[in-house]
Formats: sequence, C-alpha cells, structure tokens
Amino acid sequence: MDGLFAPLKPVPPGLRPVLGILCFVLFFLGWGIVTYGGFVQPLFLASPGETLLKGGELFVEYGFAGDVLVTVWRVFAGFALAALLAVPLGILMGAFKPVEAFFSGFVSFARYLPASAFIPLLILWAGVGELQKILVIFIGSVFQIVIMIAVIVGSVRTDLVEAAYTLGASRRGVVLRVLLPAAAPQMAESLRLVLGWAWTYVIVAELVGASAGIGHMIIEAQRFLDTGQMIFGIFIIGMIGLITDVLFQAANARLFPWAKGR
Amino acid sequence: MSRLSIRGIEKTFPGRRRAAPTRALEPTDLEVRDNDFITILGPSGCGKSTLLRVVAGLETPTAGTVTLDGRPVTRPGPDRGMVFQSYTLFPWLSVRDNVCFGLRERGVPRAEQLAIADRYLAQVGLKGFENHQPSQLSGGMQQRTALARALANDPGVLLLDEPFGALDHQTRELMQELLLGIWEQHRKTVLFVTHDIDEAIFMASRVVVMSARPGRIKCDIAIDLPHPRSYKVKTSAAFAAYKERLTEEIRVETIKTLNMEA
Repeated sequence: MDGLFAPLKPVPPGLRPVLGILCFVLFFLGWGIVTYGGFVQPLFLASPGETLLKGGELFVEYGFAGDVLVTVWRVFAGFALAALLAVPLGILMGAFKPVEAFFSGFVSFARYLPASAFIPLLILWAGVGELQKILVIFIGSVFQIVIMIAVIVGSVRTDLVEAAYTLGASRRGVVLRVLLPAAAPQMAESLRLVLGWAWTYVIVAELVGASAGIGHMIIEAQRFLDTGQMIFGIFIIGMIGLITDVLFQAANARLFPWAKGR
Repeated sequence: MSRLSIRGIEKTFPGRRRAAPTRALEPTDLEVRDNDFITILGPSGCGKSTLLRVVAGLETPTAGTVTLDGRPVTRPGPDRGMVFQSYTLFPWLSVRDNVCFGLRERGVPRAEQLAIADRYLAQVGLKGFENHQPSQLSGGMQQRTALARALANDPGVLLLDEPFGALDHQTRELMQELLLGIWEQHRKTVLFVTHDIDEAIFMASRVVVMSARPGRIKCDIAIDLPHPRSYKVKTSAAFAAYKERLTEEIRVETIKTLNMEA
C-alpha cells in the first residue's frame, strides 16, 4: 500500500481498470443508499432503478433516440465547423508571429465571451432552428481551438525546424513537413478536450427554444417534475462523452504511435 | 582558394530587459580549405557554437561575411549539412525517411532517395535499422542517423556542433573513429565544434582554439598525425605533445571564464 502512493509512480497495469471501475461502483452505491434508504425524497432525486426505468420508457414511448441523434449531430456539426476554421488559423498563428500578433489579442478577448450569452442574439439572427444551435457550439469552440492550436504549433522544438532548414527545406516545407507533423498529436489531443466542452454548450442551447434534443427533453421533464427522466438525460450525455473520448483517444494512439508516452 | 571563408564575423546578442548586450564573438576570420577537418575547441560559452551557426546560416552575424565557394551565405541550405548536439531526428519518420528528408525536400525521385539513404545508413553501421523509429534507437545510433541524414545531401561543408556531447565516453570514441573513417574516405570539408581536447586532436587536420567570451580565435594548430588514424594514435608521443599544448591553451581560457562568472 505504501509503495502505491509515491508521487508520480505509475499504477500497476492490472490495478488501473479496477480502480476506475471502483469509482463508478461507489458512485452508484452512494446514489442507491441516499435514494433507496429514503434519505432524500424521490421528487428531488430518483433512484438508479427508477432512472433506468424512465430511460427505457423514454426510448420506447417518447422516441428519445431521435433526440439523442439530433443533439449528437448538433455537437459534431458545430464542432467540425469550428475546427475547420480554427485549426488552419491556429496553425498560421503558431507558425507566423505577425499573424499571431494580429489575432492573439482579439482571440483572447473572444475566448472569454460565454457562448450562452450569445443565445438571445443568435435567436435574433438565425431563429430557433438548427443553425442557431450549431452556431452556439461554434462560438463556444472556435476561439478555444484557435488559441490551443497556436500555442501547440508555436512550441514545436526549434532545433527540429533548424535541422530541416539545414537539410534544404523551404519555409513551406518547414510548415507542412515539420511543424504540422510535430504538432499533430497534441493538436488532436486539444480537439478531444474542446469536443468535451462543446457538449456543455449544446445543452444550454437546447434549453432555449428547441423542439428536439436531449436538452429539450430535460426541460420537458422538468415541467412534469420527472427527475428520473432528467437524470437519465444527463447520464446519457456523460455516456456519449465517455464513448467519444475513448474513440478519440484510440484514434490518436493509432494515428500517432510515435507520440505515445510523451 | 579557400572553400569556406569567414571574414570579420562578429556577433552581439541584444540585451533583454535592460541587461547589457552580450558580445558573443569578436571579429573572427577563418579560412577553410577543401578537405580540411577543422575542430573548433573552446571553453563553454566562448561563442564557438555561435560561429558554427553563423556559417550554417541559422544566425545572422552583426558584421562580417561568410562565403562558401565564393557565394555569400545568407540563409541555411543543403550545401552546409549540420549535426546538432541535441537529438534532432524527426520522431514521426522512420530512420530511412529521416535520411531521405533533405533529398525529398530537394525533389529527388523516391527510388533514388531510397538508394542514397540505404547507402549512407550502411556507412554509419545502421543497416537493418532502416524501418526503426528514432525512439527505438540509442543516443549513438540517433546521432549516426543524423550524420547519415546530413551526408545524404552531399553537402560541401559538414558542420558538427558537439554532436557526440551527450553520449557516454566509450560510444563517443567509437563515433569519432566512425566519423574520421568517413572523412578519410570522402574527404569532406568539416567544421567540428567541441570542448573535448582528445576529440579535437584525434579527428582534426587543424585545431582552432577560441578564447573565453567574447570569443576570438586564439591559435590555429595544424595536426600532423598520419592517416588513416586508429584509436592507437591517442597514446602516441606526438598526440601527447599536442594535448599538452592545447591543455595549457584551454586551461587559461577556462579559468578566465570561471572568473568572469564569479
């Protein structure tokens, strides 16, 4: 036991998943104790069993799968749009210091604007349709991605760049064949992080003026004081987040095997 | 005629945060003939690396000119191959593709790239490691790959900035023999920066000693030891005589450096 808690000492490989699962087990155990034990009223917190039951009901009777798909689509569309614009801009900022000097002040400012504060404006501009939801995700993600990519590209080891120059690489060659591959693993990692944040914006967007989506379902459930449905909705978001995160990590490990352990 | 001509090169680094500017190099002249193997010997911080980086085109001199075969040097290029002290292999490329890097940047056809890469890899004793990733190689193997990568461009001048500085003593001696063997075979023009006196004498046709900061060339000693040289020359009387003289020269400068820091 004493040996396990030395700072930065890696955990034995077999123990790792056990500990991870144990956390979930304890979480559900605690949840079960406070609900089944009668410590809180069912009105405020549904029990795990009740939540699961409501979840099944949602899928079977209320077509919740459609809501989930709509939400997933919004997250990925908004995120993809943001990445499409932000990644190239971030690369330019990281590689070329005048571009960085031009944009960095503004982007740092815009990064602190809460995406949810734009919802009223976006409703005015884009209505309450899909575009507005996607734009909320877009605004929430785009500036974060720009800054992170710029920092990552800007911190590529200069000796690699110098080595490339002495080997005859042009400026273009250095950007395309040194900066990009050197930064790629960390860029993918930062996209994984921002995708997680995008999920928090989509629900906020769906709480206002939506007719479908997980957030919309949660608001509907609130009207009927159905805590089971509400908790199930939140739970589903966590599950989807966990799954995309695992997939993203697996893809990164596969795409950039040379970067593992860095 | 001199192959590489260094005339009146001086370098002053601007002071940061109101600190006084740092004078790294006093006006320095050095004429390098074809096939010269020059080692630049000096205490740490004497500006020997700065001089090499100016020749590489990675640093712009405050004054003076460097010409290679009559053409002024303004930027880095494949005619001056460089091996750095730090490990600068591109971690996302295999050993073979690292050696191909410069050839690819210069638009050499792929089949020719591979033939050249494999030839130089065989020469540095890395046959069979072509498909390895840099992270799978020891420090000595990485520096051999870096040497093959620089040689693959067939540069007019080879610049080496303490390339074996991070290696253990035994590996280092083998690397010196390997490099010397390659030089004896190809008769490249070499500028080799080091602070190791044995290393400087063993490989050089001329040893250039630099003074403590601000660096200037203190003396220029022709090493008249027969070729091919084996490691056994290191225990010869002639070698010992060179070593005695250079030890005195360097010692004075090192003491000056220490007193400057005190």
